[in-house]
Parts: sequence; structure tokens; C-alpha cells
Amino acid sequence: MSDDGASKQGRSSVFIVSARKRKLQKISQKSGEATLFLIASFVAIVVLFIFWFVARDAVPFFRLRGFQEFFTSSGWYPADDPPRFGALAIIYGSLMVTMGSALIAVPMGIIASICLSDILPFSVRQYVKPVIEMLAAIPSVAYGFFALAVFAPLLQNSGGPILMWAWWIIAAPFLLLLVLVVSELLTAPITKESMKKSAHIGIGMLLGAVALVLLYFVGNQLHGLEIMSGTNALNVSIILSFMALPTIVSVSEDALQAVGRELREGSYALGATRAETIIKTVLPAASSGILAAVILGIMRALGETMVVWMASGNSSHIPDPFFNYLDSVRTLTATIAGDMGEADQVTGSARFHVLFAMGLLLLVVSFVSNLISERIVVRQRKILSGQ
Amino acid sequence: MRKLGAVLTSMAIMVMTMVGNAGAATKGIVIDGSTTVGPIAKSFAAYFMKKYKVPVTVSESGSGNGAKSLINGSCDIANMSRSMKPKELAVAKARKINPIANVVALDGLAMIVHPSNPVRALTDGQIADIFAGRINNWRQVGGPNFPIVVIQRESNSGTQETFKDLVMKGRQVVRNAETQASNGAVKNRVSQTRGAIGFVGFGYLDASVKKIAVNGVLPSSVTVKNGTYKLARELYMYTNGRPAGMVGKFVDLPKTPDGKRIIRELGFISRY
Repeated sequence: MSDDGASKQGRSSVFIVSARKRKLQKISQKSGEATLFLIASFVAIVVLFIFWFVARDAVPFFRLRGFQEFFTSSGWYPADDPPRFGALAIIYGSLMVTMGSALIAVPMGIIASICLSDILPFSVRQYVKPVIEMLAAIPSVAYGFFALAVFAPLLQNSGGPILMWAWWIIAAPFLLLLVLVVSELLTAPITKESMKKSAHIGIGMLLGAVALVLLYFVGNQLHGLEIMSGTNALNVSIILSFMALPTIVSVSEDALQAVGRELREGSYALGATRAETIIKTVLPAASSGILAAVILGIMRALGETMVVWMASGNSSHIPDPFFNYLDSVRTLTATIAGDMGEADQVTGSARFHVLFAMGLLLLVVSFVSNLISERIVVRQRKILSGQ
Repeated sequence: MRKLGAVLTSMAIMVMTMVGNAGAATKGIVIDGSTTVGPIAKSFAAYFMKKYKVPVTVSESGSGNGAKSLINGSCDIANMSRSMKPKELAVAKARKINPIANVVALDGLAMIVHPSNPVRALTDGQIADIFAGRINNWRQVGGPNFPIVVIQRESNSGTQETFKDLVMKGRQVVRNAETQASNGAVKNRVSQTRGAIGFVGFGYLDASVKKIAVNGVLPSSVTVKNGTYKLARELYMYTNGRPAGMVGKFVDLPKTPDGKRIIRELGFISRY
């Protein structure tokens, strides 16, 4: 590259390059481009091939057993005679831990990226961002080991108190904010200034008391919880959220950084505060990038195998009640990893192909969500550019 | 172009050396299969390499994979914690492979609970009911009022299949049973979980878990050998045809005094 630049400069000023040399340069440039194109298209071909090979081994399953059992039954007994391949509970398990980790990682990640991009001074950010990105460098088996050997016993032995503290720490500031906003809204119609002030205080106190009771009551309930087994959906959701976090923070921080300086300065020039600038200007402008970050993070959680295999408990049932995150679940990825051993081609059967059907399902889901996010990004860009 | 040629040549050389290595490896012994038999095979391998200077490779990928490897011809010995299924034998026959079972040792399946659990004995019927989900509180079997956490193995585990044969007898394990990938993982979970019950090979018993008497008989080498402890099975090393040469020496190790000692030290029970 640098050679090329130097010779271009040379051509116009000092050196006289022979026609033969120029021709050679042109050839080398063209061949370089061709090589790069080949490598790039190789990657695309690899993706297509993965799709093709997974689909090729997944189709026989549906041909053998049809769609109905796989998608509507939760009886998963692949080793029995006759075998049953109901994957509903397993699909639900995947959905559940993905949702759980998204619920934790998305708000945390977006807030962290705003903090990094617009609030922290550069001197702090340059140290904090690498630390967050370091989370991505930890191998997933180490996360799994942590979940199994440290986190699961912790949840079993003192899960109640931990959940109570988590509730207090998360809910207290949120409820405080809610009380302030609601009392503000409720007193807005009052026009007389003195009455407004006292009403404000009164309503605030009342709502505050309600919030305190709620905080205490729910905290108390959580404190009394007995967690039978620490290898459950909550455990892996938390660990998966840590694994998705660096992706979300890093990508959405980049998106926020990419919002032009002019936009921020324009907003300030119109008299907006920093909070208004962030919420009404920077966030909307970066929303497509943030959405891409969120989808990437969620896909990371959906595709993760080792952690869920080690620490989700691997019970192929739909928790009771269905939102019970303290029950153990089984995911598609863990089932593929766990059942591949026996389900071999030698004794070839639906049992082998069903795992490919699961793989195909995962592929299709991530493909479709990527497609959707792409669409949204394009549309957002059009809106922002005023078309 | 000359560079590309060089790269291609070096790659070809690399591939050839790898193929060459694979060919050379047949001089050593390649073992694959059950995680339960794994410790025996590994100790035997260390002993064997010292004594005969023959390289032995041991992989632990589960009984089913062991059978598959033997049938594919990618291993000399398949460790299995269960006997080969008719289906596997049929496939082997079609590929002109003749699997022979060599009994290595006996292994008991020990039912284990958390050390703090006061329950000391269960009948096999009670164990089956617990694993089928009909009994779900320790109170129902004379213990404290505490829910039972059932822990089983993955469906590709030989230990799991043995358990289903010996205990469940056609009944299905309850769906909310936790599933762990190895003997060690089951022991780990039971040692950490108050309400848990699980099963492991004798080799994995230690003070971190409490073993349960089945039908009034405690699991031990004596009770397995004299046939009073019901949850016991044979462990196999499958070979293709009657083993000869080094492979034959290897599968006959359990009959030698050193072999018996190794098996005993690992917590298994010598058959001979």
C-alpha cells in the first residue's frame, strides 16, 4: 500500500517510471484486488456451506418424523424405544435464558455505553472500556466453571438474601425516579404556585411510602425463597448477560461515538441540557447502531453452549410456572452438545438428524433476526437523512 | 507464482507427514469410549507404556462413541460401561468387524445423597419412584420435609443406560431431573445440593457425598462380588476379534496381580 502511494507521487513529480514498470504495477494491483475479492467471497461461501450441510442433515429428521412432534410436544426421550423427539421445552428453554440475559444485559449495556461515550471523561474511559472488553476474552468454559462451582452453590445457600439485595439495589433508585416523575405529572395541572408545592410534597410522600412498602415487601418475599438447585435459568441468564455485555457495550459505544460532534453542539446551542441532548439527540441518532449491538449481544447468548450445558441443569421441561427462573432448563445448544455422543451416524437415525434440526433452527433464528435488524438500520438511516 | 508453488508444496508435505503419522500410530494402541472405564484404561496405559514402551492413547468420549470408533476402525479397544446393543452389533457385522467383549472389572452403581441427608437406605422400588417423579419429597421416604432434586446423566452415557436397565426397568425419568455430563459433575452437584440424589460409579465415591444402602445392602466390593448388591454391572474393553499381540496383553492386564491392584486402587472391583 505504502509502496503504491510513494510511486504514485513519484510518477507526477520526480521519477520517470518506465512503461514496463507501470504495467507491472498495474498487474500487481489487479491481482491484489482479485485475491482480496476471492478471500472475501470465500467467507460468504463458507457461510452458505454451513447452512447447506446443516440443512442437509436436518431435512431427513422432518421427513422421518414430521414437524408436529418436534414443535408441539415437550417429551424429549431420544434414547428410549420408541424414541420421542418433542423439542418444545428445549426451544422454550433457549428462549428463556436468552430473554433473561437480554433483560439484564441490554439496559446495563446501553447505560454503560452512554456513560462511556458521553459522561465519563476521556481519561477514565480509555481505562474502563478495555476492562469491559476483556470480559469477551474469558473462555466460555471458564464462565461455565464459575457458574457451576461458585455461583450455583452461592445461589443454593444464600440465594434469598442475594436476590433481596439485588432487588433493593436495582429497584430503589428506579422507584425513586418513578415517584419523582409521577408526582411531577400529577401536580402539573395545578396552577396556583403555593398549592402546587404542598401537593407536590404530599403526593411525593404518599407515593414514597407506597414504594417503600413495596420495596420491603418484595424484598422480604425474596429473602424467604429457598432455591432448590443453583443450576437454573437465573444462574445461566446472569452469566450469559456478562458474556453478552462486552459486545453490546463496545458496539453501541462505537455507534454513540459515531454521532457527529455537530449534532451534540447543535443541541447544546439550542439550550438543551446534557440529559436532553443524550436522550433526544444522541440516542435517536445512534439507535440503529445500538439495535445492531443489542441483536449481536442476544445472538451471543442464544448461541452460547458451554455455560448452559454446565450450569443450566439440563432438564427438558417447561418450568412451572413458565416464568420461573429458579427452575432448571435445557437449551438447544446444550442438547446438541450433550446428545451428539451417542447419536451417531453408524446407528444412524432420527436421533442423529434431530440435532441438526435443532442446529438449523438456531441458524434460521439468528439469520432472520440479523435480517430484521439490517432492515431497521436501513430504515432508520433513511428517516435520519430526511428521505 | 513461485511463492504459491512453494506454499502448495509445503502444504502437501505437511499433509503427507500427517498421514504418515496416522499410519505410524497403528503401532501404538488407541483406546476410546466410556468415561467410567476411562480411569482404568489410563492407569493401564501408564503401566503399559512403562513396561512395554508401547504408546497408548486413551480418549473418553462415552460408551456409544467407543462402539462407533471400533466399528469405524479408528480405535483398537473400545471401552464400554454397557454391552453392545443389537443394533451396534448389526452395524459392526455389516462392516466386517467382530466385537469381542473382554470384562475388565465390575462396577457398582452407587446411589448418593448430600452428606447432611439423614436417609440411609432405600429400596430399588423407592429409587425408581424418586427418579420417575412419583416421590418428590424426602419426607415420603423417612427423611426431612425437603424437596428431592433428581440428578441423572446425559442420554449418551453408559452409566445412565445401566441405571435405566437396573432400576427404572422401562419407566421414564421425571422431566425436571437435572442432567449432568459426567460422573464427576454428578458427584459435584450432589455434594453441593441439600436435596439431591444421583448415581455414580464406585470409583467416584468419596467423603463429599453419602452413599445409600439399596435393599438394605451397602455398596461395596464385597457385596458386589457376592451378588447381594443389585446395582452392579460389568465393564468391558471391546476388541475387534480375539485380541492378539500388544492389544491382547493390554486387555488381559486385569487378570494379572498388577492389574488387579490398579483396579482396586481406582475403587473398582476386580472380577478375577
